[in-house]
Amino acid sequence: MDDFIRYIPHTEEDCRKMLETIGVRSVDDLFRSIPEEYRLTKPLDLPEALSEPDLLRHLQRLQSPIFSEGPWSSFLGGGAYHHFIPAVVSALSSRSEFYTAYTPYQPEISQGTLQAIFEYQTLMCQLTGMEVSNASMYDGASSLAEAILMAYRITKRKKVLLSEAIHPDYRRVIQTYLDPDQQEIVSIPYRKQDGRTDYAMLSNLLDGDVSSVVIQHPNFFGVIEDFRGLGEKVHQSGGVMVVGFSEAVAYGILTPPGEMGADIIAGEGQSLGIPVSYGGPYLGIFATREKYVRNMPGRLVGETVDLEGKRGFVLTLATREQHIRRERATSNICTNEGLCALMATIFLSTLGKAGLREMALMNLSKAEYAKKLISGSRVCRLVFVAPTFNEFVIRVDGEAEKVLEKMRKEKILGGVSLARFYPELDHHLLVTVTEMVTKEEIDHWAEALEEALR
Amino acid sequence: MMEKILDRGLTQDEALIFEKGGEGRKGYSLPRWDVEETSASNVIPSHFLRNELQGFPQLSEVDVVRHFTRLSQWNYGVDSGFYPLGSCTMKYNPKVNEEAARLPGFSLLHPWSPETLCQGVLRMMHEMETFLAEITGMDHVTLQPAAGAHGELAGMMMVKACLDRRGEIRKKVLVPDTAHGTNCSTSTIASYQAVEIKSNEKGVISPDEVARQMDRDVAAIMVTNPNTLGFFEEHLGKIAEIVHGKGGFVYCDGANLNALMGIVRLGDVGVDVVHINLHKTFSTPHGGGGPGAGPVAIKKELAPYLPVPVITREDGVYHFDYHRPHSIGKMKAYYGNFGVMVKAYAYILSMGGGGLKRASQMAVLNANYLMKRLKEHFYLPYDQPCMHECVFTDRIQEKHHVSTLDIAKRLIDYGFHPPTIYFPLVVKGALMMEPTESESKENIDRFIDTMMQIAEEAEETPDLLRQAPQRAKVRRLDEVLAARKPKLKWTG
Repeated sequence: MDDFIRYIPHTEEDCRKMLETIGVRSVDDLFRSIPEEYRLTKPLDLPEALSEPDLLRHLQRLQSPIFSEGPWSSFLGGGAYHHFIPAVVSALSSRSEFYTAYTPYQPEISQGTLQAIFEYQTLMCQLTGMEVSNASMYDGASSLAEAILMAYRITKRKKVLLSEAIHPDYRRVIQTYLDPDQQEIVSIPYRKQDGRTDYAMLSNLLDGDVSSVVIQHPNFFGVIEDFRGLGEKVHQSGGVMVVGFSEAVAYGILTPPGEMGADIIAGEGQSLGIPVSYGGPYLGIFATREKYVRNMPGRLVGETVDLEGKRGFVLTLATREQHIRRERATSNICTNEGLCALMATIFLSTLGKAGLREMALMNLSKAEYAKKLISGSRVCRLVFVAPTFNEFVIRVDGEAEKVLEKMRKEKILGGVSLARFYPELDHHLLVTVTEMVTKEEIDHWAEALEEALR
Repeated sequence: MMEKILDRGLTQDEALIFEKGGEGRKGYSLPRWDVEETSASNVIPSHFLRNELQGFPQLSEVDVVRHFTRLSQWNYGVDSGFYPLGSCTMKYNPKVNEEAARLPGFSLLHPWSPETLCQGVLRMMHEMETFLAEITGMDHVTLQPAAGAHGELAGMMMVKACLDRRGEIRKKVLVPDTAHGTNCSTSTIASYQAVEIKSNEKGVISPDEVARQMDRDVAAIMVTNPNTLGFFEEHLGKIAEIVHGKGGFVYCDGANLNALMGIVRLGDVGVDVVHINLHKTFSTPHGGGGPGAGPVAIKKELAPYLPVPVITREDGVYHFDYHRPHSIGKMKAYYGNFGVMVKAYAYILSMGGGGLKRASQMAVLNANYLMKRLKEHFYLPYDQPCMHECVFTDRIQEKHHVSTLDIAKRLIDYGFHPPTIYFPLVVKGALMMEPTESESKENIDRFIDTMMQIAEEAEETPDLLRQAPQRAKVRRLDEVLAARKPKLKWTG
């Protein structure tokens, strides 16, 4: 099969003429600078090329039966959420002028990307209550890790107070990013009663060595953290208050962290119009205070004017970045998640002021409905008493994995077993209820759960 | 004065999204309310609740569609035309790959779905690892990093973990002067000090220079191969021996792998770690600045340090293995940019081994043809055969007070995306051109003719270059103003 030539336009005649112009006899001669002994003498051991229809057939077979052979009801969350995505998001972000462009280094022919990022930066500030947002990071986890590195650059202090109620993958990424010779992570446990970070313990540990205090809000258990006043204490001790998040839709109704003392917010924007797609690509949101802008990682778009005084947009403050500052850059990030940022911009423009709020309320309402169903159960119970947004933890009288397996027979993904992340929370499930499940599906979920525990 | 004002195409203005719409206008439709609406303040204390999303747009669907459609029209992508941006490999992004990534059994799949229902996707990822290991001549691959620089960091962390376990504290990383900026900053973030290695008069690194700088304090050398001048590092095998001899590692930045597929494998030349940009070599789109994916291929010795989870296969069943005590940890939540992997996997299967080799051959043919035909008109600092890209400068045009920037901007007026400019840093006024295999001879000829025209204009009507672009949405933008008085969001 040589169907691949649909992507390579050269005819034999083209090749002949080009080789003649170059002054070599064969294509092989072009590779003379590669020493003979290194050159591959046999073909690559890869499958035979597939035609387009055969390729699609093959890929269709590799799909998960979930959704491709639906319908399934999903109560999975924990950092990746199944929200409604209006058709316009895919239709517009699929315009190839957007998705086949590179990073906008040449602003005169990249005004589309640049203006969209400027709008994205603005929306992120409005959503989180912060003053400056960058153009995106890889995902919520790496964004939070970069926030901690930034706090270290600002304070030059050693200690990081890290809540254990932060998404376990995020904590693992943070651990990977930090150099133990420079920074020490002190884990702050969650309170068994309400699922919130133990602020009493945190306050006791807050001293002049603390670089950053890091919490997630709502936290991994779906719990709304009560960090009122914490920011002030952190500032008094000279540290930086970092608030992470994995469910951005919550800010449709929750007070933005920027109004609650956060210096840096860093989290996941997947909820804003990006499909769950087995874990990526997602959208790392990163925003901070104006006074810290020069310490920020990532790209920034700014407004300016052209020669004729017309409004336009450019990449700016690049002296922070790796291609200019090299070994002294604020981060090594180059390619980020531009198209995902565009998708979030289109999503938020479509939902608008009323839509994001309504979506958030619907999540809250459906989750509350599910919680009510559970509250009457004899075989499972709600674990944490603090208010939650669209997910919550339940304890089941049975083996969590077995329960989930039984529910799968009813085509229900009943929740996430927490034992893998919190050994003390075996028998516990994290249950997520978004606007995408119907009342009927929630009823069915509650019945199936009871049934599985019988 | 300008010779003449060129006609502009139809370019309409478009306000910011916040300057459009009106109170109460709505463009969304949510699932029907089938449960009772909970009053937020009944379950959440009111001090945790906001009143409104201040400043958020209020638009109808058609407003949104026209807005972003118009913005897209001010952009230039690979689908718009020739995009010879050096070191970025702006090849064609096949449409079937986009369709593949949107299949519901991929795009709607939650990352914590049970493994038993994800065997097909795990198989795909496992095969993808095998393919990339074969193409690069390495033993293992992690797909987790989200971009090239992220892959560099993962790779250097694995090197550090291995050295730490050996009980060796090394402080330095050798980085050639032709390196991407990310290499230097990655070294710093991985807690190493970058030490510069000068490339020689042929634009490559000489083994003597490496031998001079290599000692037991050096953890690794980070080499881009082919390098950013477009040359194969012909002494890499010898360099690897020198570095290995002192217990160091050879890291290769695989950004330019598009020149080598099926021709030479980096693993066979002594490389220990290499990252691969799926969004360059393997045809996935750049998205106007991501998402990309930066898998890392390694030799056996580094396998214990791979990020978790590692995909294993036993008795035909695929499984995520998290129990890896020496792992560097995680680079990213979940498993990486899966949607990007699907596209690259589809590309490799569409091409096969023969197709990938053909792609590399034609990429190198295109670059050499471009170089040969242009070198009478633009200064070529290293006059020798190149691989996938070639680097010119503005030295000839400088005499007429015309710079690389002017040349780049004039190309925009002619409907081309400019090459990479002022990089690599070792070449003053660099114009770095990478045509890729996607361009036909007639496209490249048209570009060459345009460049010749521009060279002529530089002599005869240099103002046309200095005033360029005149046909784009905006004229040259005041970048100094943007940096001096940063305006980073709309404030009304």
